[in-house]
Amino acid sequence: MSPTQMPISDTAAGAGPGHGVAVTLTDLHRSYGPIRALDGLTLDIAPGEFVALLGPSGCGKTTVLRVLAGLEDADSGRVEVGGKDITAVPTSARDMGMVFQAYSLFPHMTARQNIEFGLQLRRIPSARRRARVTEMLDLVELSDQADRYAHQMSGGQQQRVALARALAIEPQVLLLDEPLSALDAKVRVQLRDEIRRIQLEVGTTTLFVTHDQEEALAVADRVGVMRAGNLEQLASPHDLYARPATPFVADFVGLTNRLHATVEDDRAQLMGTWVPLLPGSTRRGAAFVLIRPESIAVTADPAGRATVVTASFMGSTGRLHAVTESGETVLAQIDNDTVATFSPGDKVTIVPRPNPALAVAAAE
Amino acid sequence: MKLRAARRRKQTIFRRVVVGLISLFFALPLLGMVEFTTRAPGGGRTLDTWATLFDLGAMDQDYPELKAGILASAGLTVLTVAIMLVMLVPTMTWVRLRLPGMRRLVEFICLLPLTIPAIVLVVGLAPVYAWVAYLLGESSLWLAFAYVVLVLPYAYRALDAGLSAIDVKTLAEAARSLGAGWPTVMWRIILPNVRTAVLSAAFLSVALVLGEFTIASLFSRDNLQVAINLLSKRDASLAIAAALAALILAFVVLLAMSFVGTGRRSQRPEEN
Repeated sequence: MSPTQMPISDTAAGAGPGHGVAVTLTDLHRSYGPIRALDGLTLDIAPGEFVALLGPSGCGKTTVLRVLAGLEDADSGRVEVGGKDITAVPTSARDMGMVFQAYSLFPHMTARQNIEFGLQLRRIPSARRRARVTEMLDLVELSDQADRYAHQMSGGQQQRVALARALAIEPQVLLLDEPLSALDAKVRVQLRDEIRRIQLEVGTTTLFVTHDQEEALAVADRVGVMRAGNLEQLASPHDLYARPATPFVADFVGLTNRLHATVEDDRAQLMGTWVPLLPGSTRRGAAFVLIRPESIAVTADPAGRATVVTASFMGSTGRLHAVTESGETVLAQIDNDTVATFSPGDKVTIVPRPNPALAVAAAE
Repeated sequence: MKLRAARRRKQTIFRRVVVGLISLFFALPLLGMVEFTTRAPGGGRTLDTWATLFDLGAMDQDYPELKAGILASAGLTVLTVAIMLVMLVPTMTWVRLRLPGMRRLVEFICLLPLTIPAIVLVVGLAPVYAWVAYLLGESSLWLAFAYVVLVLPYAYRALDAGLSAIDVKTLAEAARSLGAGWPTVMWRIILPNVRTAVLSAAFLSVALVLGEFTIASLFSRDNLQVAINLLSKRDASLAIAAALAALILAFVVLLAMSFVGTGRRSQRPEEN
């Protein structure tokens, strides 16, 4: 559907939940010289779903977003939105709202004019345009900033206007390219929650690219972890954290201990305790078990076989580093009240909790 | 406190002396021109020369080359600025968006005319202009092609500063994602944000074209400076008066342009 044909609803914030469309990316390849930014990536996003792509720098997550927006052409592969192949459709006709990492408000326009821009291009009558702009400003809670220019607003306000501008056109898909990375920590958390609230309210299918795992885990329905141009795992935040499919995901998402163990079928023995293993684990022999700090129990014990190295109070929680007799360093997450009872040099007993963990062959 | 006041007084005096000296440097030749054009034949002062200059009917009849020169320079100014902007703004924007690796090469090409003396340009352009004359006629307006080359370095610098001050790529991509085609991106997003730079480029081009003599003279074409030169061979006083009038006119045009450039910005609300 071309932008000039697109209807803009009379109701506030679009058509409500269920407004989104399905997005399918199939076998996308994109190279920049010798570097493969996308290497056969396939991704399905359900209508109205909020998917976050997470990964280290250069893993291709922004390239996915730009290929979907039409700002980059894939070398091969297929992009479908709402069942239609849009691989060859130019950006201006793709009907996608996008919020960029850099502040992207048009500096010569006020917040109101910025939001109105896309609607003008769609030749929406001025009365409906004005009403829509007012709705969008209400949605992002910036009605009092309507006549301000970008340089008169804070970074957070600018990104909220950019979000309102992207949503005003009732896009089929909302694309968020690290929109919070330029903001300070507090504003970042506020705006992150606001983005999720708005997305749930309007129901637009959303693809969110970030390198901040906390951000991705907090807002997305599903999180995709990317590595070297492909998806390593796409799962709900809980599954991604609790059931990492690969060592890379276990390492990349959250903190992980890498401890020596002996594997026997679907369980591993480490520190004298048996731990169930996740699918994809190695099945026999010497291995490393990737185990979360919160899956480690620590008790003060003068006869213990581990020694506390550091005990840190982290606010809502506490972290303890200890070294075992075999020289392995173990990180445990413990209660913020308990952490104060430990001091460097204290003897402790470390016991893994029986939560499923991933095991990789010791040679890996 | 006293020390600061004394220092401030010293700085004010220094500023005034510097401004006074510079003003004198610019004003003295102009005053000399006024003095020369108001000399009466038997001594004393007269405004006869200026009266003749502004008697448009008589000037048209007695000195037709001056009118032709003024018209040619006006046409050349408009044409040069138009060609320069139409050529340079989209090219420089495109290079920033799509061919960033070519930026140094484009800069080198644009700055090259600075190093080439006008006479060399004329020698190089002579065969080209033989074809231009053959295909488009003998009009002085076609000098605009050569003038575009002359103004390239100055216009490039001004536009480059303007484009560097904004995030061209992000703004263009944001506009395109909202449904804007390339002409809309250029006209509604890029141009308004480099308006001051465009005006500066136009400003420099106008100044350069209005004062250009060498190329027009060597190509035997009309423009204001060539006309004033011709006039000086018949009536030196009138030629100097015309030159002074041209200077004042150029100054007024440039001043008006600078006001156009700053007019809209003042409508912006103050930052809190």
